[in-house]
Order: sequence, then C-alpha cells, then structure tokens
Amino acid sequence: MRLLRSLRRNLVVIAGLLTLACLVLPNLVVTVFSFNRPNGRFNYAWQRFSLDAWKDPCGVADLCGSLSLSLRIAALATLGATVLGTMIAFALVRYRFRARGAVNSLIFLPMAMPEVVMAASLLTLFLNMGAELGFLTVLIAHIMFCLSFVVTAVKARVLSMDPRLEEAARDLYAGPAQTFLRVTLPIAAPGIAAGALLAFALSFDDFIITNFNAGSTVTFPMFVWGSAQRGTPVQINVIGTAMFVIAVAVVLVGQLVAGRRRNNTRK
Amino acid sequence: MTQQQTTGGDVRLTGISKAYGSFTAVHPLDLTVPQGSFFALLGASGCGKTTTLRMIAGLEEASTGTVSLGGTDITALPPHKRPVNTVFQSYALFPHLDVTENIAFGLRRRRVTSVRERVAEMLELVQLGDFARRRPHQLSGGQQQRVAVARALINHPQVLLLDEPLGALDLKLRRRMQLELKRIQTEVGITFVHVTHDQEEAMTMADTVAVMNAGRVEQLGSPADLYENPRTTFVANFLGTSNLIEAEIVSAGTDVVVSAGGGTLRLPGSRCPAPTPPGGRLLVGIRPEKISLAPATDAEPAADGRNRVTGRITESSFIGVSTQYVVESPAGKALQVYEQNVEHRRGLAPGSEVVLHWDPAHTFALDATQDMDAGVQSVEDAA
Repeated sequence: MRLLRSLRRNLVVIAGLLTLACLVLPNLVVTVFSFNRPNGRFNYAWQRFSLDAWKDPCGVADLCGSLSLSLRIAALATLGATVLGTMIAFALVRYRFRARGAVNSLIFLPMAMPEVVMAASLLTLFLNMGAELGFLTVLIAHIMFCLSFVVTAVKARVLSMDPRLEEAARDLYAGPAQTFLRVTLPIAAPGIAAGALLAFALSFDDFIITNFNAGSTVTFPMFVWGSAQRGTPVQINVIGTAMFVIAVAVVLVGQLVAGRRRNNTRK
Repeated sequence: MTQQQTTGGDVRLTGISKAYGSFTAVHPLDLTVPQGSFFALLGASGCGKTTTLRMIAGLEEASTGTVSLGGTDITALPPHKRPVNTVFQSYALFPHLDVTENIAFGLRRRRVTSVRERVAEMLELVQLGDFARRRPHQLSGGQQQRVAVARALINHPQVLLLDEPLGALDLKLRRRMQLELKRIQTEVGITFVHVTHDQEEAMTMADTVAVMNAGRVEQLGSPADLYENPRTTFVANFLGTSNLIEAEIVSAGTDVVVSAGGGTLRLPGSRCPAPTPPGGRLLVGIRPEKISLAPATDAEPAADGRNRVTGRITESSFIGVSTQYVVESPAGKALQVYEQNVEHRRGLAPGSEVVLHWDPAHTFALDATQDMDAGVQSVEDAA
C-alpha cells in the first residue's frame, strides 16, 4: 500500500530518470568499450581493460585526418549557415517584402524532405553543373541543410524581441550600426548561439548527404561507416567519448558562467 | 548639470501631420512647447498623441510639416542626432545590460568622459544607488521606470519625451511617481513633454495641457483653465465630469438667461460661445462639485440669484470624502452632484425630491451643435 502511494507520488521523477537512463546508456556503453582490448577486429564483446586506444587515438590510419576534415567542414558550415540564417531570420520577422510568405515556408523544406532524396537531388545538381565533388560540394550541401535550423532558432528569438529596444537605442544616440552591435545582436545572441550549436552538430555527424556528394573525400562519419565493414577500431569509441565529454563540459561551463553572472548582479 | 546647451528653447511643431495610407493619425497641427515647461498631451488611446511625440523624437517621419527645436529645424534628423530623449511606455530597458550600463548607454555612444561620476550622480537623483549592478528584470515596475527616466535624463536632452511613463504602475505608485517626476523636472529644469490618457495625471503634473481628440488638438491651456472653461463638449467630458443641459437663449447681455427643462438658468455672457442671439441654442454646463443639494421639503432651500433645478435622486454612492448623487430632472436625465461629507444630510436618499442650486458664475456654455457625449469615458476606456 505504502509502496504504491510513494510510487504514485514519484511517478514523474521515476519516468524522468528512466528517460534519462535511456538517453545516457548508449553513451556509457561507448565509453566503457573505449577501454576494451578486443580479440580480433570487432569491438563488440568485452574482453579486458586497457588504455591502449586512449594513448594512441590516431593509431588507425586516416581516422584523425577524417576527424579534422569533419571539424573543419562543421566549423565553416556553422559559420556560413549562422551568418546567412541570422540575416534571413531578421528579414523574415522585421521586413515585409514580396515572396516573404514563400521564403518563410520554403526555408523549412530541407527539414521536411527525406535526407536521402535531398542528397540525390543535390548530387544531380552538382553533376549537371560539372562541379568536382569534394570539400566544397560537401560544405555547400551542409550550409544548405543547416540553414533552416538556424533560421528557425533565430526567428523564434527575434519574434520575442521588443522593437522598442532598438528605438530606445536610436533615441540614445546609437546610429544604425551601433544599434545593431550593442542592442540587437546581444539580445538575439542566445537564439543565434542555439542555431549555431545545432548547425555544428548536424553538420559534424551528417552521413547521407555527405556520402552522396563527397566524391573521394572522407569525413569522420564516412570513416566510421567504412571501417565498420571491416572491423571497429577502439579509437572510434575514444573519439566518441571525447566528443561527449567535451560537449557536456561546454554546457556545464556555460551554465556555471551564467549562474555566476546572475549571482554577481544580485549583490 | 549644465555641460550641455540647456538654453535652446521652445519645441515648435508647424503644420505637422502623419498619415498611414488613407488613415490620418495626426491632422496638421501647430504646437509650441515653451522651454522649461511641463507640457502634457492628453487624449484617449488612438488620438494621435503618441504619434505626435514620436515625430518629435524622430522615431516617426512626419508626412507634412516641420519640427524645430530652439529655432533649428530638426525635421530631417534621424533620432540619434536629435538632442531629445524618450522614456518609453514599456520602459524599453536593455535586458542584457545592468542598471549602470543602461543609464550610461547614451553617454557611451557620444563618447562622453566621466561616465562613472555622472551615472552615480543620476542614480542618486532617482534614488537607485543600491541597484547599480542589477539587471532590469530584477527590478520592480517603479524602479524600472526610474531607470528609464535616469537613462534619458543623464544626456541632458533639450526636451524629455515621456510616453505614458506611468501607465504600467499601480495607482498608489503612480501617484508617488507623478510627484517624483514633477520634482525631477523642477530640479533639472528640462522641458518635459508628457503623453498620457489619464486626465488626473495630466492635471497634477503639467503646466500646460493640450487635449487631443481624433488627431487634432481640441483645446490647449493650463489645467485650471481647461477644467473651468472647456470650449468643447469633448474637453468638458474628458476632463472630469460635466453636466450638460440643452437650453434655449431667452435674453443676452452681461448675463445670459436661458430656458431649460421648464425653468430658467442664468450665466455670465463672457462664458458663452461668441454669438448668443435670443432663440439660439446652447449647451449649459455645470461641474458636479459646484452644485448644492437641498431637500424639496425645505421652505427656502436656496438663496435668491442662484440657478435652481428640481429633480429626484435616483442613485447615491458614498465614497468617503464625498457622496455622489445622480439626479433625474426635467433639465437632464442623469445630473451628477458631488457633495462633501461635512455633516450627515437627511432627506437625500434615493427617491427623494430635491432642489439643485448653484452660483450662476460657475455655469459655462458650449456650442449646441456638438455631440453632447463626446469624450465621456466608457467602462472599457477606464480600465
């Protein structure tokens, strides 16, 4: 009876913890197996503890090359998509122009369309244009599909911004450039940052579109896929774990900084 | 406080108007705000008062006409080049900056030195010294409002524009901030142009009030002058309450005699609109607090020479300092009377027959061609 009651009272917490476990468990498995020393080429069964892979993360041929390529593409795609997406979001919210409605709905198309279809049509486009497949085609494709996510994130933020803030800035002797830099941009920053993070993550782990349009270039997801045919090096788990830890650390530091700033202003 | 040119002068609007497509928000209007005065633009929402203010600030482009400041035409200047600052209705404080940086914003844009001292000085003036490092969302409404005032005032503008600055505050706080703003204005001596829909606020604070209605200035004058001598029914009803009685002129002269509701009323000829030929029609007005009530059963209820109207009380409501009566009479369906609660009055319950009497000198008259109910605030307006 009592058990039932406490269960009922804590149902939300229990459901939350179970969901969290579901989300974190795969990451835990990846981490655990990054310390494995497998027999043979496949890292699917636990043998014994070892730090070998952590000591030599680039020990597998081409792994670090593909990783750095993916990071470079992700950084550039994020930059491009964020700059373009922010401008589009502002245009859509702040200005009335012809075809605004069309742009507004078309921008969501890449999110809605099956990725494999988009990948194939992009490839057709590039081939017809006679473009050489490689770094550049991948980058263009990534900017294209990241754009809609950035626009969505920034638009939500800009919609909630009070246009009077910019009027106040202009009233207080800030010219158009100053107003944008001192008021508009800082207030829109959380939306822009969210869009940029999303773009980075999407670009970094994209496989389908990249695989179609990369030519002979090999990004990190393509490398993992390729090597999985022949065996899974432990180093893949090492890189995965490192990415996970870095991401969590970034979030934690961000929250700490925000929390401290809030405390400071309260004094 | 005298680093800037505070001698500058009057704000002069000449034939200024604003149209959005086919809708005219402000009809061509001329207005002069004397240097150093506290000027209020009063009107219901949508009357064009805020648009007028925004044209002075440069946030709205005038369709016609010019804005000049101390003799300099500033019509073509963008807002950041005008020596004018605004306190916005929603305050529009920058959420990403703390109180100090909000206040310092204007100084920093103009690369003024000694920002720290001047911000400290300004925080002192608005009594917010302890809140310098807070963010706007950590402040109460009243505090935010004072930050908004400080942020504008620190620039020593030639004119401070206030757009319904007290609208978001509760009644008590609003009263306090009214006095506070008035004190600050007297202290710094800057011209204030204040937009409000609250007639009490305008009358408490301003030296001169311009009553606006449907994009036009109805009447301009000191609060007492507007209250005592309204020239239109809109002003008579919008500022306080007026009893308006339809009447026909019997004889004109220094004293005008009119007949209304079967009786005669007298009023000074100087308080009538220009032509008063016998047989013409007038709207005779009297403020509710100028009327005295006496039970009809009293033998000699009113002294000679006073205007008298008989009627029956239909409603009475006690509101502390006074009691408000509604009286039905041949002269008007619902005449309002406010009686001071000096002593308990007998025979003034709803249903009793009464005599209303007042000094003829307190009577004013308006052109009868106007809508009698213009400017009467409905329930939604008052909210």
